[in-house]
Amino acid sequence: MTPLLEVRQLTKRFPIAGSRSVVQAVNGISFTLAPGETLGLVGESGSGKTTVGRCILGLTDISDGSIAFNGADLSLTRRQKPASLRGQVQIVFQEPADALDPRMRIGAAVEEPLLALGTPRDERRARAAEAVGFVGLDHRVLRLYPAELSAGQQQRVGIARAMITRPKLLVLDEPTSALDPTARADIIELLVRLQKQFGTAYLFISHDLSTVRFISHRVAVMYLGMIVEQGDAAAVFAQPRHPYSVGLLSSVLLPNPHLRRASSISLSGEIPSPINLPSGCYLASRCPFAADACRARVPPAEELGGGHLVHCIRHEDVAQTERTADTFDRFQEEAERILSVGAPAPA
Amino acid sequence: MPEAEATTGAIAETGRTSRLATLLQVARARPRFALGYVIVLAAVLAGALAPLVAPYSPVEANPAEFLQPPSAQHWLGTDAVGMDIFSRVIYAPRIDLAIAVAGTLLSAVVGCLIGAWVGYHSRGGGLRGWLAYLVMRAADVMQAFPVFVFAIALVASLGQSVQTVVLAIAFVNIPIYLRLMRSQVMTIREMRYVEASLVAGLSDARTIARHVMPNAMGPALAQLSVNVGWSILLTAGLSFVGAGVRSPTPEWGSMIASGFQNVVTGEWWPSVFPGLALAVTVFGFSLIGSSVELFADPVKMRRLTRDLAARRRERAA
Repeated sequence: MTPLLEVRQLTKRFPIAGSRSVVQAVNGISFTLAPGETLGLVGESGSGKTTVGRCILGLTDISDGSIAFNGADLSLTRRQKPASLRGQVQIVFQEPADALDPRMRIGAAVEEPLLALGTPRDERRARAAEAVGFVGLDHRVLRLYPAELSAGQQQRVGIARAMITRPKLLVLDEPTSALDPTARADIIELLVRLQKQFGTAYLFISHDLSTVRFISHRVAVMYLGMIVEQGDAAAVFAQPRHPYSVGLLSSVLLPNPHLRRASSISLSGEIPSPINLPSGCYLASRCPFAADACRARVPPAEELGGGHLVHCIRHEDVAQTERTADTFDRFQEEAERILSVGAPAPA
Repeated sequence: MPEAEATTGAIAETGRTSRLATLLQVARARPRFALGYVIVLAAVLAGALAPLVAPYSPVEANPAEFLQPPSAQHWLGTDAVGMDIFSRVIYAPRIDLAIAVAGTLLSAVVGCLIGAWVGYHSRGGGLRGWLAYLVMRAADVMQAFPVFVFAIALVASLGQSVQTVVLAIAFVNIPIYLRLMRSQVMTIREMRYVEASLVAGLSDARTIARHVMPNAMGPALAQLSVNVGWSILLTAGLSFVGAGVRSPTPEWGSMIASGFQNVVTGEWWPSVFPGLALAVTVFGFSLIGSSVELFADPVKMRRLTRDLAARRRERAA
């Protein structure tokens, strides 16, 4: 299958005003996204995952690398982009209240993306009503203002607005982290349903690992602007091969403490500053497996089969120490149980 | 989900108190605001109804009755050439208010448009960012100049006329709106709904018009009323030094100027009455300005309405 989105060696450096140094936010990452697929992009705050989303959306220009979307170049700045790309890539933001203009009625906000496509007024109205229907809202919300809705309803509006152009790719930047667990479960259920219905590919950016595990087909783990490991969600979650992934996964808080994954690998120390990145593996200063070779140069990607890529020269040692944990099946069950709280029973 | 839908309708109905009721409450609690509106309304009415009210022509001299003190015949006396001061004072808002309002509106429109553009492109690099930088430095130069000298220079180079005074007022006020709008826009530009509009493929201009401008206008609107007051003062000031409206057109500043030699010899009325009218009108506009500031500040507004409610309960108890 030809990928819908192909990111190659994407690099983004932010210059620091008044000095010659730069913040290396994204350091040469590559990944692909097939039509109708969900890629979960996980990592802690400051790992550059949001910047990747912004680069794909054209909200930030890129320093190096390429972003191809259906054969078209997405790295062009907004003004140079061909009109045919309009409405093909959409965004859902983290804070639903911030994503809606407080002075604009929901109806006007939802139909706005159609304005860029030159859709006539009557059709815009009809499609806005249809779009809020798809996300499970009554058409009466179209006359309301954002402040008159709950956070969960606002996020539904945000999704309706993004989906109204039937985009091929939806970038979801932490769409559920500002919501309470009930609303979160509703939104996840909605996203899964919409993907089945319209075949939209999702780039799901989140630090909420249980949500990512639930919704993603594949995951990519980011650390300091690099994807250190990527592969099928099931494979990565069942047996992470990069020490950082192991550390990240063992930090997941589950409501059931007995399910907590016991890991013998623990990362110590602070994240290095993205301004002066170490020359070798960025994790070397915190990694119990670190050898001299790690500090010499950035480890290349190694293919483990099934599209599972890992940037660690000692991944075999990691795998030996960290034996396949069947707790992850229970982890999955638990995640589903958590996410199903408050969600309507399947029809 | 279904219960969430049911509530949205209810939310829409409730939570809206009558705006008029709040307005009246505030007027009773803060009488000076009401005074401001009364003064400005009086000035506007005086100008509008002047032909019906004025006992004499505002521009016809009657040399036989020069420098008459206030009397039943000439309520506020007459000036050195025998023109009726009362008639001239009530005709004057036609010129003063018109010039001030036109000048202020012109500066607000131009200043806000430029300010929005500059604010939108300030953080960006390239040609646009550079141009935005240049505009701001030009505004610095304009503001570094003493307002009065700048206005006089403009009048001197463009010729003395009402239009020139309007232009001068617009010019000196543009940097105020430009800065206000720029700082607002720089904040709003980073808002997610602006980015969402750009991602959807709307052009910069359309995004500015739909989202940035409406959300950034508040402080500029609050500035308008205060600014009209200043502009009246500037209009009168320009006329006073002879760079504004020419006599015998009824205008407060030129009336003060033409009467002030007589003050020395004891005939105070040709200057004092237009001066009072000017002072009171400017005061009225600044009162309105501070009331707008209150209305635009939801925190202060909430505190005030809460205090009012508390006081009502006390009285009832």
